[in-house]
Amino acid sequence: MKPFAYQRPDSVAEAVRMNAERPDARFLGGGTNLVDLMKLGVESPGLLIDVSGLPLDQVTATDEGGLRIGATVRNSDLAAHRAVRDRYPVLSQALLAGASGQLRNAATTGGNLLQRTRCPYFQDTSKPCNKRTPGTGCPAREGVHRDLAVLGHSEDCVATHPSDMAVALAALDATVHLHGPEGERAVPVTELHRLPGDDPGRDTVLRPGELITEVVLPPAPGGSASLYRKARDRASYAFALASVAAVLTVRDGRVQQASLAFGGLAHRPWRARAAEDVLRGAPATEETFARAADAELAAARPLRDNGFKVTLARRLTVGALKELTARAG
Amino acid sequence: MDTTPAKDERDAGRLTPADDRSTFTLHINGTAQTLTLDHRTTVLDALREHLGLTGAKKGCDHGQCGACTVLVDGRRANSCLLLAVAQQGSRITTVEGLAEGDRLHPLQEAFLERDALQCGYCTPGQICSAVGMIAESADGFPSHATPQEALADDGPVALGPDEIRERMSGNLCRCGAYPRIVEAIEDVAP
Repeated sequence: MKPFAYQRPDSVAEAVRMNAERPDARFLGGGTNLVDLMKLGVESPGLLIDVSGLPLDQVTATDEGGLRIGATVRNSDLAAHRAVRDRYPVLSQALLAGASGQLRNAATTGGNLLQRTRCPYFQDTSKPCNKRTPGTGCPAREGVHRDLAVLGHSEDCVATHPSDMAVALAALDATVHLHGPEGERAVPVTELHRLPGDDPGRDTVLRPGELITEVVLPPAPGGSASLYRKARDRASYAFALASVAAVLTVRDGRVQQASLAFGGLAHRPWRARAAEDVLRGAPATEETFARAADAELAAARPLRDNGFKVTLARRLTVGALKELTARAG
Repeated sequence: MDTTPAKDERDAGRLTPADDRSTFTLHINGTAQTLTLDHRTTVLDALREHLGLTGAKKGCDHGQCGACTVLVDGRRANSCLLLAVAQQGSRITTVEGLAEGDRLHPLQEAFLERDALQCGYCTPGQICSAVGMIAESADGFPSHATPQEALADDGPVALGPDEIRERMSGNLCRCGAYPRIVEAIEDVAP
């Protein structure tokens, strides 16, 4: 690891100002991904700006009936929060399906969104990787890619975004609030993460020096039920091979409203709008659910060893929607 | 361990020697410890290399095995991923701080009673993790194994074998002593 300076700002404004002065600075939250990447030599900041002590650690109600989640709220606290468990169970379940008890106690909301891919080539500085070192190539395409993308990947990059939480936030239409050198702005979480294209070094649309300050959830749709389903190689403490976050409203046997997002399949949480179009207004039956999954997954371009993810995602989707429909029944 | 960076390791002009280290106080097992440490020093390395507390173990050093688990303000964390400089003001408890004098913590007793180890390398992390885990459950924190109907309740979560296995999944035991570890924790869990 390279030596670095360390600062603990007292305010968001001070944190943003410190960062603007130092292009080699990184914000430090829980550190569960950044410190690991520094040990691996993937990240080598000259300055860490510790934002974990900023007053961004509260979950509060919004005037509209939604929730405002501070960027430094720890994953374990967010999963256990009464309003999240009652009104956004998909978010609580996604958080609890990720990482370990120790990691969830340290990891923050903002840091979870900004964690990097666990693609083995990205994490190994002895290997080429277009995301880590642009222009060096992508060995994953012909190499070890069983865990990598089937949707939205490019010639240059087949990495997946590893977060479970972000998949739930995508299905919930959350908004991410940012403070940067040029001021404040808000970005829908579905537009925060990019597809790799020919610029895989950039995971998100964050501008240099921008800090996530909070994530805002709109009110949960009335009468909706939600859940998160995740398939992984072991029963606990593993990244998703495929996952689905589903929010569904069923009335009189028909789907009124549906919101779906996939995890583990793409460079970003994959909001499944083609599937939602099939679901909306259709009979809430297994046949509809399978047709919806197929409509979304028609765009899949699996690599040599990860075609199983498409089948997994289809089955997770049908299973999740059947369970939510049974609850509504 | 000397964590002083070699001169050529510093990017010329980027950092002065004063920039890459700090003097600060850590609160370990009830004792304030003032140290001057390179910012790269993790809590795990501070404990093991600077304070002579070798209970927390270095397994993977990447937050994947749990051997380094300690309690930070009563909550379990991987000490290998915590930078010491960022833990000023927090209260850290290691396995050395669990016993009261010669009286072992009930979980330490239970691990002995159940023979919940073979080589013992993961044991300090397992025990610290179990202490934190039992407190989390008592405080009503749910897990992936918590039944849907129990999520509506704010009360303590009952710790059966499924809950224990799920909540302890961040602590690996390569000897495979898991069945005894689960039994030892069940003995102590309320």
